[in-house]
Amino acid sequence: MDATQIQSPRAAKVGAGRVAPQYNRSGSSKGNFEMFAWLFMRLSGVVLVVLIFGHLAVNLLVGEGIHAIDFGFVAGKWADPFWQVWDLAMLWLAMLHGTNGVRTIINDYAEKDATRLWLKTVLYAATLVIVVLGTLVIFTFDPCPVANGVQLPGGFCPAP
Amino acid sequence: MSAELAEPASKIELPAGVGGGGEIPSFDVTLRVRRYNPEVSEDATWDDFKVTMYGTDRVLDALHKIKWEIDGSVSFRRSCAHGVCGSDAMRINGRNRLACKTLLKDLDTSKPITVEPIKGLPVEKDLIVDMEPFFQSFREVMPFLINRGHEPTKERLQSAEDRERFDDTTKCILCAACTSSCPVFWTDGQYFGPAAIVNAHRFIFDSRDDAGDMRLEILNDKEGVWRCRTTFNCSEACPRGIQVTKAIAEVKQAILARKI
Ligand code: HEM
Ligand code: SF4
Ligand code: FES
Repeated sequence: MDATQIQSPRAAKVGAGRVAPQYNRSGSSKGNFEMFAWLFMRLSGVVLVVLIFGHLAVNLLVGEGIHAIDFGFVAGKWADPFWQVWDLAMLWLAMLHGTNGVRTIINDYAEKDATRLWLKTVLYAATLVIVVLGTLVIFTFDPCPVANGVQLPGGFCPAP
Repeated sequence: MSAELAEPASKIELPAGVGGGGEIPSFDVTLRVRRYNPEVSEDATWDDFKVTMYGTDRVLDALHKIKWEIDGSVSFRRSCAHGVCGSDAMRINGRNRLACKTLLKDLDTSKPITVEPIKGLPVEKDLIVDMEPFFQSFREVMPFLINRGHEPTKERLQSAEDRERFDDTTKCILCAACTSSCPVFWTDGQYFGPAAIVNAHRFIFDSRDDAGDMRLEILNDKEGVWRCRTTFNCSEACPRGIQVTKAIAEVKQAILARKI
């Protein structure tokens, strides 16, 4: 005798369990990473307001303002440890803030785990390159570049 | 017989032209309903229905008229029809609302009114979605009183101020309008969603409850409150007027206060 067939129209869509698999949270997340990431966005945002608007004011408004910006202007600023620290903080905070923001956007909008993984790999690689390169430039910046014993034009060299 | 059943004469003098069903203005309206039947086709389509409705009618009344008089296969959920049970949340003209609380006259009746299932949950048929993922998240926050003290011999009393603390979130009817209005939930159903957080809030801030810490720990998950991007879609969607985004923010604050 045939067993009674009970149609279950949901089965194909819903998968094995009662809840479609894409809704099941994959394992519980221990730790407070997301909490600290959330907090960091707000704290770094507040500090960035000061750093970015200070940066814009000093570079574009004070004195001759935008007309004074050239190689010498940047060289002059980075000769001062105060501006080195300022720009370093701005670089690191903006990069980590921006990276975390884009990480959030990827998490929110990517639909497949594989897409997520790839986008994040590219993101973290780009962040690493820019942060390392930027830090290097701030600390090894040479205001008086010399090539083959000849000063390059635009340099900011001490009087001989 | 009929004399006994007749309405008693009104004691208020009404001017002629007021009262009686005849005076309610009627108008023609087109409902553009999203149709989906997996037994017929994998593709969803739009069906237009033109109906004559009255100024006192709601979208739900139009759906009833369509189902009862034009096409009996149109499927939707409703139970109370008075904004209490939370069965008939749907996307009406692109916004999540209860069909039973949305008056047709408040919508633009010169254009077809679009009626779709709420987004982000698997559609089963027409306007009916699978609510199971939604209720699973709801259950996970333990939406019931947990008290570790001795069982009292009488009612657990609470001051009016303590009751006021979580009054807003007691109003939830679990319609899923908020969760299915959230863009984070649309692309990633792993997120607990606003409704689960609202119902956790209901007990976290209840002075009689002792399991607030457990619920905060559950919502500190990577799919918990930190996924909220404060877009306020949920607050706008809630048919009970619950300040959903505010409740989520309060839960975030409570987790931070506990951890730091
Ligand atoms: C001017 C000072 C800034 C403040 C006050 C600020 C504040 C914030 C806050 C609070 C968030 C979190 C939003 C949320 O969780 O929903 C955020 C997100 C974000 N920020 Fe900033 N930020 C600033 C500068 C920057 C800079 C310089 C960048 C680029 C390097 C940036 C890129 C981002 C990105 C990509 C997001 C993610 C967008 C989102 O989550 O909606 N921000 N910002
Ligand atoms: S919070 Fe409002 S929108 Fe969300 S499920 Fe409850 S009643 Fe519906
Ligand atoms: S049918 Fe009960 S809330 Fe609309």
